[in-house]
Amino acid sequence: MLSYLGRRSFHSLVSVLGLLTLVFFLTRLTGDPSALYLPLDSSIEARTAFARLNGLDQPIYWQFLQYLKDLLDLDFGQSLRQNRSAMEVALEAFPQTLKLAFVAMTLSTLLAVLVGSLAAARPGSRFDRIASIVSLGGASAPDFWIAIVGILIFAVGFELLPTSGTGGFAYWVMPVFVLMLRPFGLLVQVVRGTMLSALASPYIRTAHAKGMARRKIIFGHALRNSLLPVITVAGDLATGLINGAVVVETIFGWPGIGKLMIDSIIQRDFAVVQSTILVTAIAIFVLNIAIDLLYAALDPRIRY
Amino acid sequence: MALDAPMTRPKSRLQVVLIYLMRDKFALASALFLVLLISLAIFGPLWVGDEAGRLGLRQRNLPPFDFEQGWLYVLGADTLGRPILARLIVGAQNTLAIAAAAVVCSMTIGGALGLLAGYSERWYSQLIMRLADIVMSFPSLLLALIVLYTLGPSIINLVIVLAITRVPIYLRTCRAEVLELRERMFVSAARSMGAGSGRILFRHISPLVLPTLMTIAAVDFATVILAESALSFLGLGIQPPDFTWGAMVANGRGYLTTAWWIAFWPGLAIMLTTLSLNILASWARMVADPQQRWRVQALRKAAR
Amino acid sequence: MSAARDIILDLKGLTVDFLSEEEPVRAVDSVSFQVRRGETLVILGESGSGKSVSTGTIMGLIDCPPGDIVAGTCSFDGMDLMCLDAEMRRDLNGRRIAMIFQDPLAYLNPVYTVGRQIAEVFESHGDAGEGSVRERVVKLLERVGIPDARKRADFYPHQFSGGQRQRVMIAMAIALKPDILIADEPTTALDVSVQAQILDLLRDLQRETGMAIIMITHDLEVAAAMADRVIVMNAGKIVEAGKAENVFQEPKHPYTRRLIEAVPHSRPAVERRRSAIQGEPLLRVKHLSKHYLLKAGFFAEKREFRAVDDVNFTLRRGETLGIVGESGSGKSSIARMLLRLNEPTAGKAFFAGEDIFKLEGPALGRFRRRVQMVFQDPFGSMNPRMDVRTIISEPWAIHPDILPRAQWAGRVVELLELVGLKPDHANRYPHQFSGGQRQRIAIARALASDPEMIVCDEAVSALDVSIQMQVVELLADLQRRLGLAYIFITHDLPIVRHFADRILVMKQGRVVEENETEALFASPQHEYTQALLQSVPRPKWLRGDAALQSTSEGAIQQG
Repeated sequence: MLSYLGRRSFHSLVSVLGLLTLVFFLTRLTGDPSALYLPLDSSIEARTAFARLNGLDQPIYWQFLQYLKDLLDLDFGQSLRQNRSAMEVALEAFPQTLKLAFVAMTLSTLLAVLVGSLAAARPGSRFDRIASIVSLGGASAPDFWIAIVGILIFAVGFELLPTSGTGGFAYWVMPVFVLMLRPFGLLVQVVRGTMLSALASPYIRTAHAKGMARRKIIFGHALRNSLLPVITVAGDLATGLINGAVVVETIFGWPGIGKLMIDSIIQRDFAVVQSTILVTAIAIFVLNIAIDLLYAALDPRIRY
Repeated sequence: MALDAPMTRPKSRLQVVLIYLMRDKFALASALFLVLLISLAIFGPLWVGDEAGRLGLRQRNLPPFDFEQGWLYVLGADTLGRPILARLIVGAQNTLAIAAAAVVCSMTIGGALGLLAGYSERWYSQLIMRLADIVMSFPSLLLALIVLYTLGPSIINLVIVLAITRVPIYLRTCRAEVLELRERMFVSAARSMGAGSGRILFRHISPLVLPTLMTIAAVDFATVILAESALSFLGLGIQPPDFTWGAMVANGRGYLTTAWWIAFWPGLAIMLTTLSLNILASWARMVADPQQRWRVQALRKAAR
Repeated sequence: MSAARDIILDLKGLTVDFLSEEEPVRAVDSVSFQVRRGETLVILGESGSGKSVSTGTIMGLIDCPPGDIVAGTCSFDGMDLMCLDAEMRRDLNGRRIAMIFQDPLAYLNPVYTVGRQIAEVFESHGDAGEGSVRERVVKLLERVGIPDARKRADFYPHQFSGGQRQRVMIAMAIALKPDILIADEPTTALDVSVQAQILDLLRDLQRETGMAIIMITHDLEVAAAMADRVIVMNAGKIVEAGKAENVFQEPKHPYTRRLIEAVPHSRPAVERRRSAIQGEPLLRVKHLSKHYLLKAGFFAEKREFRAVDDVNFTLRRGETLGIVGESGSGKSSIARMLLRLNEPTAGKAFFAGEDIFKLEGPALGRFRRRVQMVFQDPFGSMNPRMDVRTIISEPWAIHPDILPRAQWAGRVVELLELVGLKPDHANRYPHQFSGGQRQRIAIARALASDPEMIVCDEAVSALDVSIQMQVVELLADLQRRLGLAYIFITHDLPIVRHFADRILVMKQGRVVEENETEALFASPQHEYTQALLQSVPRPKWLRGDAALQSTSEGAIQQG
């Protein structure tokens, strides 16, 4: 188990380093980095000064080594806009996204497992058909558009919910709902599909031959086995939830990591962009480890 | 009904598929919608292309369902008085072309790399898999944002970025299939007859992997449309004067309270397109699955 | 005791269809049979004969749709099974009628311990005398012969061997002492020696509890070993029924007769071609070994596993060498190494004087033309996307110098006719053929490059008994005409009896006995060979425990 965790951490470290290297060289190889780092309207003098100050006149491999050394010293650079440590900015925004993502993911997983298994229990029924159309709709919906239409109806039209910002329950409703749509839609289909194949599998015949009650067969045997693939997909969807978070946070003015990312990109605050990448990558790594451990706990055939 | 008459000769595959399609009204509607959309995207711009760019002072923010200005204005006009219906048709061409290019690129690259990584056990297979892990372990939208941020937004870059973020899906599926097919008896049989790697890969394995990749491509098309729309909505996708449906939603976002239709129609177009693709894909899965296929069949009972 | 009271299950006129777009497929057609308390009824039939569907109906395990029960009644101890509601059905299953299946790994839930899965039987039927459930589970496991049952109850299905898993299934089925146990091909996936043990266990349990057994099998020897009465099914219909002894010894229906003639034991010995054994050596295998490194556990050292261990043999031109062994004996590894599909750890193999394992490039290409392989699963060994013409002509596409392209079509027709197929079959795809026909196509493909030696790896094991016989005869015929040498690998000792000139018996990677066929069968030297020969089940009517005895004992216990 320990050796597994070690191997897994090593792979993730390689992935994160690979990502950071990729970004580093992309920025250096595709033009003048000071054009990326500094605001668009900064003067030529400012750019030269900036280049010298940051060692941009050095050879590129030297810059890269310098960059790695700074990383080891936990120096992630300064935010140009906010004049403080870029990592501090990123870490401030991160909990906001985490809260939002956690609520959305938990709700959509629970709901999807319930809806998906009920649909699979009676395939072809009215409930199954409605669930399938609703879930396909959720998986197909452009989240930014749903968010806008939501604002149009509930904030502008009925004035029930705030258009943006953070605060009490009302501020959570629309962001969570929009963020839930895609994972819910995809998960319902995965749950339904794995449940259907689980219900058709030989051990379910055994359970029927034993005389077990149908409810117990569906929830005790079929669902228990279906959970394994569902967990894997849910893990991938949780990673993908950050995509949704970028859009949702931008539209609803939620001060999380997604909004920070977009803002920093638009304001060319490069150190913050890199810090958010690092924070997100680490969070995803922790999530993946948790998923693997959960998988091992649920499937006795898997031992690391 | 003619369909249920006793058959004198077996139907061709296409006929069977069409008959199944007729029985599922959602799938049929989706297929018809997509056919209409694709014809409009190919031929529409030749027909209304000029109208889409024509400014009209009198039609500024014209609300929809006003039939006095001619049928092109039936969905209203934007802030510069351009007819939204015409712009939707031109936008359809851009949206679908970008998505198609990205899907074709990612399927070709991912399929080729997957064949290689699955069949060969050399160091580059490991490298390919690690690179795919890096891309997979990070939210695709964030990755696309970073790359577009450094490379600068343009149509070519947009296609490249969308393709890169989707490559791992094809790569992994293809590799998994190859790993399985490689151990199949007919590959051993071919090798025992003296077939070389080239023959095994291209005559024996590729034809069996291709249908799987095509199925993923169909579902992925919807995902790519959503990703492109989100990028364009966030301002890092397609740049003016070119536009896609996503960019149209972004343009209309500022006028939500005064002219809701500018953002509403293009978003609805995205939703209907992706929904149709997903409904068709889910129908195709059911037809392809021997355990589920009877649900779309007209079951004929014996006389008692 | 009157015969009428004895009858526990009475099935009348059962007809079951499977629905699809086309005409409904009739799986079972007007099948009627009765089962008496304490007896064993064997339903004998080849694949697709409808034998599993008829028992599935008794348990209510057929999904409708796509299944459709057209007609029939089934009364069990006075109850009509066809009009039970879900709850009555549930109450009956597992308590009064129980079932075991062919592939216990798939039929046990992988994520629960076997102890828990057995306990579910008690819990489902409100028979959970709190706390004692665990004790009863352990007792059951002990009864079916699981060693260290107290500990092993907490193991998961994948931690047991195939035979033990079937014992677990049996424990689950007999937990509540059912009146009827339905056994659907319970030993088909098992090795012969394990099969014998499982059959013994079933007989013992039947004697103890007096339950009736309905056993479904395609294997005549298993059927003979178990049956008091036999039903023979073909294409959904009962073609013959009666007391086991009568059916097996004086079969009336032509189908039954064909089946029984196909059993290798019952066939008369064919004339042996003495000349073959004096032929010149074609293949000499010296000290062939294949070792794998296995990792046993978390911290364990890597352990060496010897799949093939110092094997030597010689094959002469025109000769058939049988290699016999159970699963894991290393017989298939030898085949794969001789075909250069896997590389050996050590050893040499001289084919016509050249060491196979040293061949490279063009020399290897020439070798591959002279040696061909026929695989166990003919469907799996052909690319499903290729038509028969492409499949058979593949050797010519690979080795362009064998045959000019213009002659391919004609040669394909010749080869198809040689293996007993029709010329127009060339345009079809593998899935459009039956198992036996597919194996003929595979043989035609093997013949395409005019080989001198063909390695048959379990080439007939996946086929029905009657088809097995035909394919073996085809191979023997081709050998006479073309002078081929065969290495015939199988787990089924009887099948090689009338085909192989010499036999190699393998166990755990080593050759334990090698002899000429007649001599080996007449006086097996090694105890493993003796065990293999003995584990072929003996007919029940020739054993001590005849039907009458067990029936009367059962009746007494039942009261």
